Amino acid sequence: MNSAKSTVPFKGTPEQEAQLIAVIDEKKDDQGSLMPILQKAQEIYGYLPIEVQKIISDRTGIPLEKIYGVVTFYAQFSLYPKGEYTISVCLGTACYVKGSGDIYDKLQEKLGIAGGECTADGKFSLEACRCIGACGLAPVLTVNEDVYGRLTVDDVDKILAKYA
Amino acid sequence: MKTLEELKVVRESMEGEVALRTHGNASSKYERHVLVCGGTGCTSSGSPKIIAKLKEELAANGLSDKVQIVKTGCFGLCERGPIMIVYPEDSFYSRVNVDEIPRIVKEHLVDGNPVKEFLYEETVVGDEIKALDDTAFYKKQHRVALRNCGVIDPENINEYIGRDGYRALGKVLTEMKPEDVIQTVLDSGLRGRGGGGFPTGMKWKLARNIVPDADIKYVCCNADEGDPGAFMDRSVLEGDPHVVLEAMTIAGYAIGATHGYIYVRAEYPIAVERLNIAIKQAREAGMLGEDIFGTGFSFDIDLRLGAGAFVCGEETALMTSIEGNRGEPRPRPPFPAEKGLFQKPTVLNNVETYANIPQIILNGAEWFASMGTEKSKGTKVFALGGKIKNTGLVEIPMGTTLREVIEEIGGGIPNGKKFKAAQTGGPSGGCIPAEHFDIPIDYDNLISIGSMMGSGGLIVMDEDNCMVDIAKFFLEFTVDESCGKCTPCRIGTKRMWEILDKITKGKGTLEDLDKLEELAYHVKSNSLCGLGQTAPNPVLSTLKCFKDEYIAHVVDKKCPAGVCKDLLSFEIIKDNCFGCGMCARQCPASAITVTDYTAPGKKKPAYSIDKDKCVKCGACIATCKFKAIIKK
Repeated sequence: MNSAKSTVPFKGTPEQEAQLIAVIDEKKDDQGSLMPILQKAQEIYGYLPIEVQKIISDRTGIPLEKIYGVVTFYAQFSLYPKGEYTISVCLGTACYVKGSGDIYDKLQEKLGIAGGECTADGKFSLEACRCIGACGLAPVLTVNEDVYGRLTVDDVDKILAKYA
Repeated sequence: MKTLEELKVVRESMEGEVALRTHGNASSKYERHVLVCGGTGCTSSGSPKIIAKLKEELAANGLSDKVQIVKTGCFGLCERGPIMIVYPEDSFYSRVNVDEIPRIVKEHLVDGNPVKEFLYEETVVGDEIKALDDTAFYKKQHRVALRNCGVIDPENINEYIGRDGYRALGKVLTEMKPEDVIQTVLDSGLRGRGGGGFPTGMKWKLARNIVPDADIKYVCCNADEGDPGAFMDRSVLEGDPHVVLEAMTIAGYAIGATHGYIYVRAEYPIAVERLNIAIKQAREAGMLGEDIFGTGFSFDIDLRLGAGAFVCGEETALMTSIEGNRGEPRPRPPFPAEKGLFQKPTVLNNVETYANIPQIILNGAEWFASMGTEKSKGTKVFALGGKIKNTGLVEIPMGTTLREVIEEIGGGIPNGKKFKAAQTGGPSGGCIPAEHFDIPIDYDNLISIGSMMGSGGLIVMDEDNCMVDIAKFFLEFTVDESCGKCTPCRIGTKRMWEILDKITKGKGTLEDLDKLEELAYHVKSNSLCGLGQTAPNPVLSTLKCFKDEYIAHVVDKKCPAGVCKDLLSFEIIKDNCFGCGMCARQCPASAITVTDYTAPGKKKPAYSIDKDKCVKCGACIATCKFKAIIKK
């Protein structure tokens, strides 16, 4: 949450809003429905800017500050849009003891961004994640849905080239 | 399916099918079953492509009606994934490549000759093929919680029923009083598999009795497996989701609840999908919903997804999160059995705990209590990872020694390296040094040596891992994941991390070590929830067992394992240097230059490293063919 990506203007469409409202109306009377609503909202918009949180607040009656509190608490929710490709490097213990920290460093160096940031062209965002459970393939990283395992630092260039 | 009779019909029609995969000689509609692992590990290494290719090749050879392809959950030996097993021969194909499929189909499935060169090498002894259960990895395992993983298709409720599925629920609802169910679980000695080890039956008893007039009660399942490097619960959910639904329904009957929630990590997409399918099928089959088996008992389950907060594995934080709030823990008492979810009496158990329940009901408390040690009954699933040959999922009777797990089942440390420590309990646990190798693993023994069972992550470290760096790694994790509600955890862990950072950078003093220890005890005794109370464990256990490594960092300013970059220096042994200059070309900092010294017997002058310019990247060592460069 440190980089200045909040300057990206909100580009929600009426279709997205209609989708969100349908979700809210379906769930809002369930006990403890805020989390499932936020998760759906993030699926619809890709992130949870304040504009989206306002729609949820207006429609459910849950105060905006509470929604903001929940959004900022959980690592999965993002206030900023992500890159076209999200690279997640597993820093779980099994991967870490096999050198995933070096791979993460190398990616930061190659992309010129820190973890949690997005490249200026909007292509890649980089994040560390905690164990995706493919410990047999350690060290592991994912690019969107693709999983790359049994990596060495030298594989980083090849992987990036695939998405360039 | 509304009656026990109907359940029996389904079971009998399926028994032969699934028995082919366990006994070999059973009456199946198919000649052969080909089981392909659809767990996260094998899916990541390409099992969906293997299934697609298999279908294509079977069709081409006219075998589609004779060979059944089953996408299962985890077989355990993730290191050798993707895995494929052919029954009735019990042929274990490992690290299967799509290109190998046509040959396997032709030679094995058409001609009946297993392709030996693609089999897991340990199963091939000369001309013979060894049974999988006789291999070192599987021999000492005993599968209770994982009994259906890698055996059934988790997306088909009938296969679960064919393996005695929902029979325990039928027995409970028609033959047992809630009190009897609780007594059976109590007598079995089952303790919570999520880490704490609280007796499960006791939890149920409290939830049943503590608020006698409660109108609503809840049953929750903790599937928020957050320990990095642990994937036991995920494998159960992916391989056998119905067992959790059945056990939760039994718990609901025992305590008098009608509704359950499963709180599962959103990072486990395959587990979430299979749970959704399982819930839908269970509802359609009448195993969830109104009036189950016509007994008047109703129970239903909803899924709630986590959103990436480790603290939500703590029971009160998990419930706060289900309620739709920031997942911050609440002080206890009141305990969840009295005021849990939505302030109602609640039972919360983890996935593996539930996975034991139906077997306990069917086989009896005595059967379960016959396994394990005096105070830790049954088996425990561990996710074996790190510097170990056989990475994977293992289930062993309590009381098995660490040596058996690491050297026999795990196959030892790769690359001839020396074992340094085993880490259990994740960020809440500790590191176990080699001197405790023969201690039988159970709840109490692990605590007595400064670690804990935790949920079952077991990470092996070798001589190349720096224990100070590992302690710092775990602290970084807890600093990141601390919810910030209480001060000792929020600020204490951060200060501890800062001291560790200082030590790994060679700026620590002996006084820092004392301060670190004192602070660790403060954080441990004053934090609100389990996260903070256990966060100092990795530091305390490494301080206790690997004090010499801390001293080396602080006094000698050296990292014996060669991990902490600030404490390393690189040097060329001039008499070993052939003067080829490869290292100088690789060096990104131009820190390597040629000298005027030529070693005896060498033709070119040797090189040397300018320590002021060196950035310690290690590129030179990796390039040197003559092992003339050392780091120390």
